[in-house]
Amino acid sequence: MGNWLLPLPVILPLATALLTMVSWRRPRVQGLIAGASLGALLAVSTALLGLVWTEGTQRTSFGGWPAPFGIEFAVDPLGAAMVSITALMGATAALFSLGDADPGTPSPTLWPLTFALLAGVGGAFVTADLFNLYVWFELMLVASLGLLALGGEPRHLDAALKYFVLNALGTLLLLLAVGYLYGLTGHLGFVPLRGALTDLDGATLGPFVALLVLAILIKAGAFPLCAWLPASYPTLPASLVALFAGLLTKVGIYVLLRLLGGVLPALPAFLTQGLAWVAAATMLVGVLGAAFHWDLRRILAFHIISQIGYMLLGIALLTKAGQVATVFYVIHHIVVKANLFLIAGLVFRMTGTYDLRRAGGLYVARPALALLFAIPALSLVGLPPLSGFWAKLLVLREALAQQQLALAVVALAVGLLTLYSMLKIWLEAFWKPHPDPDWSPPSHVGLTPAYLATGLLAAVTLAFGVMPEPMLQLAERAVETLREAGP
Amino acid sequence: MTPRSALIRLAVRVLYPAMLAASLWILWRGHHQPGGGFIGGMVAVAATSLLAVAEGSHTALSRLPFGPARLAACGGLASLTSGLPALALGRPYLEHLWLEIPLGPTKLPLSTVMLFDLGVYAVVWGALGGLCAHAMGLDEKAAVAAEAVPAPGESGPERVEP
Repeated sequence: MGNWLLPLPVILPLATALLTMVSWRRPRVQGLIAGASLGALLAVSTALLGLVWTEGTQRTSFGGWPAPFGIEFAVDPLGAAMVSITALMGATAALFSLGDADPGTPSPTLWPLTFALLAGVGGAFVTADLFNLYVWFELMLVASLGLLALGGEPRHLDAALKYFVLNALGTLLLLLAVGYLYGLTGHLGFVPLRGALTDLDGATLGPFVALLVLAILIKAGAFPLCAWLPASYPTLPASLVALFAGLLTKVGIYVLLRLLGGVLPALPAFLTQGLAWVAAATMLVGVLGAAFHWDLRRILAFHIISQIGYMLLGIALLTKAGQVATVFYVIHHIVVKANLFLIAGLVFRMTGTYDLRRAGGLYVARPALALLFAIPALSLVGLPPLSGFWAKLLVLREALAQQQLALAVVALAVGLLTLYSMLKIWLEAFWKPHPDPDWSPPSHVGLTPAYLATGLLAAVTLAFGVMPEPMLQLAERAVETLREAGP
Repeated sequence: MTPRSALIRLAVRVLYPAMLAASLWILWRGHHQPGGGFIGGMVAVAATSLLAVAEGSHTALSRLPFGPARLAACGGLASLTSGLPALALGRPYLEHLWLEIPLGPTKLPLSTVMLFDLGVYAVVWGALGGLCAHAMGLDEKAAVAAEAVPAPGESGPERVEP
């Protein structure tokens, strides 16, 4: 019974992308198809998570060609959790876009491209084949490029170009590394690859693994190859940027976790130590960028980078506890980050600007929005009892347990700076009176769906924070499966 | 490219259907021999491009069934669907099934592979054919604009693509 569920996280969005393309002249039909598909995706991924939880890792190979020859899909608890959170994000972003929260005329290619993106993300989470993984990265790249260029204005094309250059480089490096590994071992599937790689010594493998890690680090937005992220994300409409910010860089983190945790043999020490310092630099650069900027969305984009640093640190520690911390961090971060971008969209709708210096007065005018902002913002900073507190605690505890005192200090300092940049948003957009005394927020706009979407994500954050135990169990189970059997 | 040679137009009137027929034959032949959806689709793309050279990109695009984007999307749907029967029977996705219908002296072999290949054919024809014809259209517009500017006294090119 599990067999037929496995390919659905990819087939469903792919079919939806095509169906919405066929019906591109009828926006209502498109919307109905998209809504139905997202509902089905949510149901399928939840069922998959339940199945994997009770019966263990599920696998299927396409066309019935078995493992070392065919392409395999395998879903373990980690993959199932990621697929579920992807479906949740897709549904929330769509819910947000139902009302008037995203001004502008919708493009007929919006849904096809969005679902192509979701198919790429879903494919990356369920595949158990290195080359197939590359294909999903390529699909994500093409779809996100299309979405970035959708606005059609020079700033959109500028963003798309900046996004394209580094990401295409990352994809090419990934292909190169995949080719080298295939040449070394003759395998592409994760399980056979893991078996074949254990026979090779670190010196032979080192350069290729470094290339692979570099390629994935570009995708994850790690320092020093993170410039594409804050340059491109802020041009997207709110619901899309939430989807991008929530999912795309986290696919890179997921792949790194999967490959380093369950496929590649132990890395040479200088590489892991290097990765740890890349993580620290990523944290610092991201948070300094956030502290420097005044554009709300640019601040949030830089926060992604600094948070990616924490997740990388968890991976670089290479211990089980470090990886559990990363899994917890990724899931917490996807929800929180997407929500912050959605709220940024609402702030824009209220004040008409993303520039914090020209915004203000929202605490008095819209107290509910201020509360909705406070939950994910404080969670991102890492205040108890919100989900970010547990995520940071897990990373810090493991860094200290591994005697990485310097890294732990950096992580703590970055936490303080994150608080500073969040306070900046709070003071400027919410607390201080609006610079224009005659300003009042627009009334009579249909923002109920948008409030519902952000409220739902805030509730998820609160639930993770108050009851971290189930989430932690899931993360531990995911890492155990990852480490013992490969994917 | 605007004033078109009558010879090319006459030749393409014969070549276009011939090339499409050949592309279908390659698609069919690919079932057991070299050929198949991708190569057949490429021949169809060549036919569309040739038509765009002879009759203009607008004509070439309008001859694509359902229009380029829809043709490609329908093709993708057909390919995706071809894997579903196996899934319904509890087999892995995209495992293909064969069926032979007896027709008097001969028999008609049907398979989900054929549907998959047909889908690939449509994706290639719709996406690449549309791309090629559109790209040639860009050139036409430029040519029309270039001709219109230096000769204001003349009546302009005879054929102006909408």
